[in-house]
Amino acid sequence: MALLNIRNLVVEFQTASGSFRAVDGVSLHVNEREVLAIVGESGSGKSVSMLAVMGLLPWTATVTADEMSFNGRDLLKMSPAERRKIVGKDMSMIFQEPMASLNPCFTVGFQIEEVLRFHMGMDKAQRRERAIELLTQVGIAEPAERLNSFPHQMSGGQCQRVMIAIAIACNPKLLIADEPTTALDVTIQKQILDLLVSLQVKYGMGLIMITHNMGVVAETADRVIVQYKGRKMEEADVLSLFESPQSNYTRALLSALPDNAVGDRLPTVSDMLFEPAAGVV
Amino acid sequence: MSIKVVEGKDIKRDYHVGGGIFRGQRTVHAVKGVSFSVDKGKTLAIVGESGCGKSTLARIITLIDPATSGELFIDGNRVDIARNALTKEMRRKVQIVFQNPYGSLNPRQKIGDVLGEPLLINTDKPAEERRDLAMKMLKKVGLGTEHYNRYPHMFSGGQRQRIAIARALMLNPSLLVLDEPVSALDLSVQAQVLNLLADLQDEFQLTYVFISHDLSVVRYIADDVMVMYFGEAVEYGSREEVFADPKHSYTRTLFAATPRADVASIKARLAKKKAA
Repeated sequence: MALLNIRNLVVEFQTASGSFRAVDGVSLHVNEREVLAIVGESGSGKSVSMLAVMGLLPWTATVTADEMSFNGRDLLKMSPAERRKIVGKDMSMIFQEPMASLNPCFTVGFQIEEVLRFHMGMDKAQRRERAIELLTQVGIAEPAERLNSFPHQMSGGQCQRVMIAIAIACNPKLLIADEPTTALDVTIQKQILDLLVSLQVKYGMGLIMITHNMGVVAETADRVIVQYKGRKMEEADVLSLFESPQSNYTRALLSALPDNAVGDRLPTVSDMLFEPAAGVV
Repeated sequence: MSIKVVEGKDIKRDYHVGGGIFRGQRTVHAVKGVSFSVDKGKTLAIVGESGCGKSTLARIITLIDPATSGELFIDGNRVDIARNALTKEMRRKVQIVFQNPYGSLNPRQKIGDVLGEPLLINTDKPAEERRDLAMKMLKKVGLGTEHYNRYPHMFSGGQRQRIAIARALMLNPSLLVLDEPVSALDLSVQAQVLNLLADLQDEFQLTYVFISHDLSVVRYIADDVMVMYFGEAVEYGSREEVFADPKHSYTRTLFAATPRADVASIKARLAKKKAA
């Protein structure tokens, strides 16, 4: 059975100039122990669809779907209070800007322990012990001292590790990583990706990687969904996507990689999409 | 013989930090003796992780910060902004494009004024002529004259980066320093901006110093590559040399960390995963 199952998800935003459809009929599912990558450019609705799953969208958004279930439970019919018990516990999320997503006013330890207190109801000693264990797992040196650090005292890579520690604190079944490495250096990116994949294997989590980096997809994913302007363009396992992309848009994205440059010019997505011979995507 | 547009000899830059009541001053050696030269019409790429001194070097080349020691030549003339005031002519020659197109444009300034301002400050061209030049430049970078009266928030990231490039080119510089110009952009937009840079280089015989941490971009655009690590140039050579035979262990780490998107490496990864 699929861990997360979404059928025909539509997200609309009410704006001053009428409603805007950010996600337009996306269906997807994630199995247990599977890494699903969602690729697309900014504005393709990849983050919005996952925020809809988490229930983190602002009130201006209208979410409709034929089905949206997590672990056999219907997320659409759930009350906000029930949903809050799942979000952050069985299903958690890591965001793009590690420095911005931690609260600068509280120590790292406080922020990790907050999740444990809310969801697991642990007492003070247990929480501290678990927090140290978590920081060790995500590869932070001197975890006990680090609990008392504030986010600004840590580097970007360390902050992202703390975010991961918070996300995995309650042993979630599903982890959603929204561009987890975009703000980081390549060497740090490698470490974070390796960490995410090793944790995914170790705990048998489902992992959704939202990214625009084809390299990240190639290095982590089992299955890939390509999104463009709120619609799903293509769904394939990682090898066939790179070997024989089916949609024009995917082909365009892959050829825009500087690695694949032929001659002096890089083909751009608009070159490929508006080619008359290319037909309809 | 080719002309050297910019040359640096043993450039060093120290920053003095701290110095409170309880702590003495500390000196950070941000750039520790870097030498380089770029010929006219060529591109030097500077690669390294955050904190390795590549942006400090960019600030020195752009004549924003003085070097602590070392010699900097631009178009064959020694420049030392710590001693001598900078002439308008020097200001004109070197321009910079910053990383974040959302932060580098004044939100209250119309695009036309953004482009006209370098001319207003550095030349005595009349308003009419400034306007014409700005319009021409808008077309050059792939925007339209209808964009002249718009504000930065009305543009996408890629368009803003085009505007930043246009602004840098208004004074016909001979050297353009690009500080991570495409790292904030989407893949397809990145391709468009890289194409634009290549076209402009051909048209104006521009020289680029291209700062990046993305090796695939560097491999595409650079003629020479310099890898910096903790303020030192650990590797410096032509693109082919550096990519084919990286000498320093840090360069090798950097290559190993770059995600590969080719079919062979995906196959290798999947096979490894299956075995585990």
